Amino acid sequence: MRFLFKTDYDDDIRLFPHSGYVYSYGLLLIALLIAPYVLSSYVMSQLVFVCIYATVGVGLMILTGFTGQASLGHAAFLAIGAYTAAYLQQFNVPFPVYFLAAGLLTGVVGALVGFPALRLQGIYLVIATISFAFIVEEIMARWESVTNGNEGMRVKAVQLLGATVSRDDPTFYYLCLAVLVLTIVGTLNLLRSPTGRAFVAIRDSETAARSMGINVSLYKVKSFAISAAITGFAGVLFAHKLSFISPEMFTLQLSIEFIIVILIGGIFSLHGAVLGAIFLVMIDPFLTYLKDDMPGVIAGIAATLGASPERAGHIQDAASAFASANGLKGAIYGIIIVGFVLFEPLGLYGRWLKIKLFFQLFPLYKRATFKRQKIYVKSERNR
Amino acid sequence: MSYFRAENLSLHFGGLKAVDAVSFAVEKGEILSIIGPNGAGKSSIFNLISRIYPPTSGRIFFEDQDITREPAYDIARLGIARTFQNIELFENATVLSNLLVGRHRHSTTQLWQELLFLPSVRANEKLHRRRVEQVIEFLDLEPYRDKLISGLPYGVRKVIELARALCSEPKLILLDEPSSGLNVEETDDMSFWIRDMKSELGITVLMVEHDMTLVNRVSDRVIALNYGRVLAMGSPSEVQHHPDVVAAYLGA
Repeated sequence: MRFLFKTDYDDDIRLFPHSGYVYSYGLLLIALLIAPYVLSSYVMSQLVFVCIYATVGVGLMILTGFTGQASLGHAAFLAIGAYTAAYLQQFNVPFPVYFLAAGLLTGVVGALVGFPALRLQGIYLVIATISFAFIVEEIMARWESVTNGNEGMRVKAVQLLGATVSRDDPTFYYLCLAVLVLTIVGTLNLLRSPTGRAFVAIRDSETAARSMGINVSLYKVKSFAISAAITGFAGVLFAHKLSFISPEMFTLQLSIEFIIVILIGGIFSLHGAVLGAIFLVMIDPFLTYLKDDMPGVIAGIAATLGASPERAGHIQDAASAFASANGLKGAIYGIIIVGFVLFEPLGLYGRWLKIKLFFQLFPLYKRATFKRQKIYVKSERNR
Repeated sequence: MSYFRAENLSLHFGGLKAVDAVSFAVEKGEILSIIGPNGAGKSSIFNLISRIYPPTSGRIFFEDQDITREPAYDIARLGIARTFQNIELFENATVLSNLLVGRHRHSTTQLWQELLFLPSVRANEKLHRRRVEQVIEFLDLEPYRDKLISGLPYGVRKVIELARALCSEPKLILLDEPSSGLNVEETDDMSFWIRDMKSELGITVLMVEHDMTLVNRVSDRVIALNYGRVLAMGSPSEVQHHPDVVAAYLGA
């Protein structure tokens, strides 16, 4: 175990508390940089999605994890970013310009959504953001002169510095990775400055935040705007990666997937956003595996247990019917969320911290270390 | 002109008069305590001053400026800090970041500067940190800097809340029952700190308190309230022997 002796206020400000962090994150970065030369194109494609989802996760983490304002409307922000890119691209606007424009526009829309949010809390805010998402989805479908309606829009490859970067090119992966890393660094900077602390203050006690001189309304709107802008940037990359966008891609289910990203990863931490994104991207191959292979495996097990070939065939049919049932994905999402909320409220990152502490303290680890008790009940909270 | 003045301050919830035409003044550099039985309207007065509730009628002046209609967050910017009866700390943050939130009214950096963490932001952070460190030293909070609030005992939280208020470098501090839930030793410490706040930091103190030992030890003047009205005003012993106050506490 390492003991840090702080000798300077910078020790509390810097992003890497000690050299161990520099080495481990440096190694991770090197691994990510050489990944395109080592991993298959399928895995690389999945990694691009991890980067995009993680970027959205960081954006949502700022709003939900750090400011305490729930949102089930982030698919709409993603859509606004994606459609802005697709629309501006038709007029040969260069990539950096429409990338920034998409973020800016989404940020402004986010701020506008933030205003009604000043009066809403908890479940009411969730419903308001859901309705916002439905409105945006409907606009995308009906505003045909701009969005091409339900037929969707083609998105051409990125033109960067005169070169065409196709969506399977390593350069596109580097672009997504760069956006993710810059987002994380920017967010960390925010969190160690007054604005980030104001967000956390609003999350934990609005009354106290107000009486400490924080303009709660202003900071809530700021949080919405920043969160939306980051999601808008991710939306541009999302559009390029899919090369085709249509309104039915940006549904409530996508917003729920973003909630999964931050909830499973671990709310209150940026690590969580990345871990959650990895988890989410891995669900799909897992479901495909379930659909393709599991019925055969189950039938095989049944056969070895002594079922007749005919019966085993029936079992296989039943299993594959189950695996390809409509809504299975939604049901699995539901089970995952409930399971994590009940058994691992701090998410994957919380589990990682526990494992790390176990080895640091071995053999002295106490299971109760992470037990949180609410000892002091607040009786009359001012809202 | 008084430093801080409340004129005919009233707060009515429907027919209930929580605060009923209360007037008082606080002189610069004094410690004024408000006492009274439960439900007398003591905390309501604090909530009116810090603009958690808008007053039904009446006006509040601070440094000859009418602050009755200022938004809640501007009250802190004017230099009025407060603590809460039921502790309102930021539970899932460290002690240090709680105290740094207290510095919020002094932060001058813009959002874009913070995103890039420019040298100006770093310099500002260090300045805030130095001020916070002075408060930590003043209140003996050194062992708790990096601890999460949610893991700390009640007595320590009470002190941290006071520290957070002090970090904003207030001119006037409102203490809502600073000794509630503290043991005798901690209450002693609290009384020393309150006196030091006045003598060393030059802060004017307005305090709601039930513990008469603490009130007698630190206050220059005392106001007694009951049913939202002022019963008596004067030195601690005068108020305690005032017949109306005795009647309010013991029943007549």
